[in-house]
Amino acid sequence: MAKVTFNEERCKGCELCIHVCPVKIVIMQKKFNKRGFNPAGVSDMSKCIACAACARICPDVVISVDK
Amino acid sequence: MVKVFDCPKSLTDMPTHYCPGCTHGIIHRLIAEVIDELGIADKAVGVAPVGCAVLAYNYFVCDMQEAAHGRAPAVATGIKRVVPEGVVFTYQGDGDLASIGCAEIVHAAARGELITTVFVNNGIYGMTGGQMAPTTLPGDKTSTSPYGRDTKKQGFPIRVSEMLATLDGPAYIARVSVHNVANIVKAKRAIKKAFEYQIAGKGFTLVEVLSTCPTNWGLTPKESLEKVQRDMMPYFPLGDYKDIEAGEKK
Amino acid sequence: MKQRVLMKGNEAIAEAAIRAGCRFFFGYPITPQNELPEYMSRRLPEVGGTFVQAESEVSAINMVYGAAGAGARVMTSSSSPGISLKQEGISYMAGAQLPAVIVNIVRGGPGLGSIQPGQGDYFQSVKGGGHGDYRLVVLAPANLQEAVDLVTEAFDIADLYRNPVLILGDGLLGQMMEPVEFRQSTPRELPAKDWATTGLCNHNGQKNVINSLVLHAIDLEAHNIHLQEKYALIKVAEQKAELLHCDDAELVVVAYGSTARIVKTAIAQLRDQGHRVGLLRPISLWPFPEDAFAKVMPVAKDFLCVEMSAGQMVEDVKLVVNGARPVHFYGRMGGIVPTPNEIATQVLQIMGVK
Repeated sequence: MAKVTFNEERCKGCELCIHVCPVKIVIMQKKFNKRGFNPAGVSDMSKCIACAACARICPDVVISVDK
Repeated sequence: MVKVFDCPKSLTDMPTHYCPGCTHGIIHRLIAEVIDELGIADKAVGVAPVGCAVLAYNYFVCDMQEAAHGRAPAVATGIKRVVPEGVVFTYQGDGDLASIGCAEIVHAAARGELITTVFVNNGIYGMTGGQMAPTTLPGDKTSTSPYGRDTKKQGFPIRVSEMLATLDGPAYIARVSVHNVANIVKAKRAIKKAFEYQIAGKGFTLVEVLSTCPTNWGLTPKESLEKVQRDMMPYFPLGDYKDIEAGEKK
Repeated sequence: MKQRVLMKGNEAIAEAAIRAGCRFFFGYPITPQNELPEYMSRRLPEVGGTFVQAESEVSAINMVYGAAGAGARVMTSSSSPGISLKQEGISYMAGAQLPAVIVNIVRGGPGLGSIQPGQGDYFQSVKGGGHGDYRLVVLAPANLQEAVDLVTEAFDIADLYRNPVLILGDGLLGQMMEPVEFRQSTPRELPAKDWATTGLCNHNGQKNVINSLVLHAIDLEAHNIHLQEKYALIKVAEQKAELLHCDDAELVVVAYGSTARIVKTAIAQLRDQGHRVGLLRPISLWPFPEDAFAKVMPVAKDFLCVEMSAGQMVEDVKLVVNGARPVHFYGRMGGIVPTPNEIATQVLQIMGVK
């Protein structure tokens, strides 16, 4: 099963990942990380296809992808 | 489970100081991925600019030198002449490369120095608070062109890739973008080719990367990527401007 | 086997650098030092070295920065206006603690000035030139043998302290021809350049960074304290001066470089006439040879500083003498070289006034 892992403390809440996900499962979470940003996350991991688009557009190497 | 995507080894794990959504982060990562894939981390020496990327020496796992503003191509020349087996690259913004450093980049390219320059073009001076750059588009408002860049008084943007491609020293000059994933993949390919050409001793190589500055453009990161596609790409077309292996100039 | 060669100053300096192991030269044409880069362009390929004519003096000093940071023995040369251009790079090198030898064949100034000799760059050399709290070791030869010896030693000094060294010549020295012998300098124990950016594979995977940016005040203060401690060591260990006829000298002339040679002739004349005059010739302009002044103070009643300038070194003479004796000044500007008679007249005036 494909899986993406978000290192939430690295996220700056730029939201670029949300717009590139082809299955639209990347969302911004309501909570804050230690730096005061809303980190990105995944709403439904079962739909992830491990395309790594989110990881590629992320400027902060927040995301790692496994298949 | 197989790892499909992970942080490249040649990038340190230090969180960067770049603004949210700034494309410096993407470009740094692409360079680090290329260094990993080519297996050259132990031979690489990078030269950091003055600009937002002034702290780039903190983010790459290889020897680094910090250059004075605009002088990275000269510093890189000194390094490469002393360590010819090294893989020497400069990382420069549009003020660093096309304004104060214009002589240095033209002459390093003309000399065919075996170095690779990654030129981050976002049409503005980020670090110093959003002043006009040599690549600021006509009509764009910056802190020193508050009424919009007036070409009559403030001149026209410089197309660096086209300009350098007229020289005989470069082996590969390309302009790419990182405004969407498809272009990020192409950008990485261009950066890899540039490094490969250096290693093969073909000549000077430069990849111009159209980039964003959400903070000083006053746009969200997503809107900034859209500006690259809508406004920058027509003025700065993407493509290979010189490739000695491909035979003819564009 | 001693071998003396008749050479032009600019070329002798270049050859001395090569014999001291310099294999990289980056420079730009400017009169009156052009023979130095020209010589380097011919000789360096013969010894497997690299010569690059840069696009400007600014670019040249930054190539020196890169090469020095990569661990090489490297030289650049220029003349006054070109040295002005190099000041940013020199400050960066001092901040990043990079060794190199910089040669200034001084001409007339300010501005475009002239191509005649002068000594108007003393302030620039010794008091900064570039921004920030740093010092260069500044060595001022008065003849070509001394130029060759100082250049040879300069590379060792630069490596020992990780600091740029400036050789302050002038148009006379650069253009004249004298016989020189190339000899080894007194060996010094030099540390390894394990800080150089030669690639991780060449220093056990430890990442080396050459940098002068230190953004946090506490860290930058600590860095500057370290630099000042280094300069304090240099002040103790690297002063150089020549004392001529000073044991009984009532009046001590202070002069450096080409001017000092003319002063020597004037002193010879005056001594023949029975006057007790001596010469204190600073060879290191920084560190200023305070110890030499301490030696002459007991006997000297007056100091006369002679320079080819409006008076720059004279300020340091006054600082060292600290009000204990009158310090007089005589100078010519614009590239005019004073005659021995002019200087003798000044001396007699001062001594006669008593």
